[in-house]
Amino acid sequence: MTSKANHRSGVGLQVRGLRRSLGGQEILRGLDFDVRPGEIFVIMGPSGSGKSVLLRHLIGLETPSEGEIQVDGQSILAEGVMNKYRIAMVFQSGGLLNSLTVGENVGLYLTEHQLKTPEEIARVVAEKLEDVGLKGTEGKMPSELSGGMRKRVAIARALAIEPQLIFYDEPTSELDPLSSVVIAEEIASLNERIGVTSVVVSHDRELSFGIADRVAVINEGRIITIGTPAEVRRSPDPMVQEFLTAGFKRPATV
Amino acid sequence: MFQNVGEMALLFWRAILALPVAWRQRRKVFEQFFEIGNASLLMVCLLSFFIGAVIALQTGPMLVERSLSSAVGGVVGLAICRELAPVLMSILIAGRIGSAMAAEIGSMRVYQEIDALRTMNINPIHYLVVPRLVSIAVALPLLVVFAILVGWLGGAVVSFSNDRIAIPIQTFYSNLRDVVVVKDVLNGVFKSFVFAIVIAVVSCHQGLTTRDGPRGIGRSVTKAVVNSIVIIVIVDYILTRALLGA
Repeated sequence: MTSKANHRSGVGLQVRGLRRSLGGQEILRGLDFDVRPGEIFVIMGPSGSGKSVLLRHLIGLETPSEGEIQVDGQSILAEGVMNKYRIAMVFQSGGLLNSLTVGENVGLYLTEHQLKTPEEIARVVAEKLEDVGLKGTEGKMPSELSGGMRKRVAIARALAIEPQLIFYDEPTSELDPLSSVVIAEEIASLNERIGVTSVVVSHDRELSFGIADRVAVINEGRIITIGTPAEVRRSPDPMVQEFLTAGFKRPATV
Repeated sequence: MFQNVGEMALLFWRAILALPVAWRQRRKVFEQFFEIGNASLLMVCLLSFFIGAVIALQTGPMLVERSLSSAVGGVVGLAICRELAPVLMSILIAGRIGSAMAAEIGSMRVYQEIDALRTMNINPIHYLVVPRLVSIAVALPLLVVFAILVGWLGGAVVSFSNDRIAIPIQTFYSNLRDVVVVKDVLNGVFKSFVFAIVIAVVSCHQGLTTRDGPRGIGRSVTKAVVNSIVIIVIVDYILTRALLGA
């Protein structure tokens, strides 16, 4: 298992005046926040609040209309930044390449960038799969795996990059409660083991408050509140309180 | 369709600049190459044999009635190698392979696989477009050479067996040799090379720009095939004029 000592430490992320309009509608309305090196930062919010669009900007898949996202002070869209800092993303669907085996998926970054010999890549793949509890699944195809296993393979693929910053998009969506706990524990233990900075986008309140060092609640493209889980729970904002306490109540029968 | 011509030209240029990585992607190039061969060889055989047969059937009786039986081999030979084999095989490959390219890349786009590549700093043009472009640019001209030979055979068989033509196979081939020169075959092969690039660029572009989920994949596949065929026919006219010097 990889130790924290032989990993480069996590990097910080700075978001400055981020705005994005799509089709005349403003999706992100001026976001400013910092993610500190090595912390687990959770972005929460209801569906349609702009979380996923924000995440696509943070990883550099989209270009903002205004503002900037910086990794350690350098724009994420600048040439060479993605090479200089190892950044990984775990997609909501896993984002595994369905035409490749699990092993090929996990070793894809190392293979394509020719960073190691095939033997070394096979060793790294086995090690990372063991880290996420999927030892011996190298030869399987993604279609043979359950939703939870696919997400764990995606985490193993992210780990093979030896990341300094990992983004997770709804890591527990479509998972049963037990699998959700496994994924949450995995995210938390990664921070302890390798000191990676984690940015998690989720609407899962249990996951968010269970693993976060800090939480930002976003709605209609704006940050409503930001702070430690305890601070966010004490937020007087009615939208935050409604989001945190919403629950289903069966109508009373006569 | 034409609003995307600029984007397709840019994609083609980027793929050309990325050609040096093709050797690194050789495994994928070979996989694609054999897929094209496997998927198309039997169909190419059938199609080209019957194209040769039909051309002989359409032209043979008329030429024989006018005492031009010695011209049948030349007419069939030229029609197949200059025009019919490259154009019809390209249309077949656009339908079989171009659609598969658009569907595969389109589904990778819809299911975030291309986003995943980009977050790993893997260029989708290097990883997806270059292997497909190189493999089809090699495979289609080879298939066309094969189609020309089988098409000539189809023409010869019908010219011999049809009572209204009834030309010995040796006569058919000796006339074909007199009329068709190596340059004619090379012109047809060159055309198919250009058409292969059209199919790869149009199909990969459609795949990479797929939107709106699974429904978008179907739309991309249709557009890839239709646009490829339209562009092939237009480019065919331009190339024919250029190659004939007309």
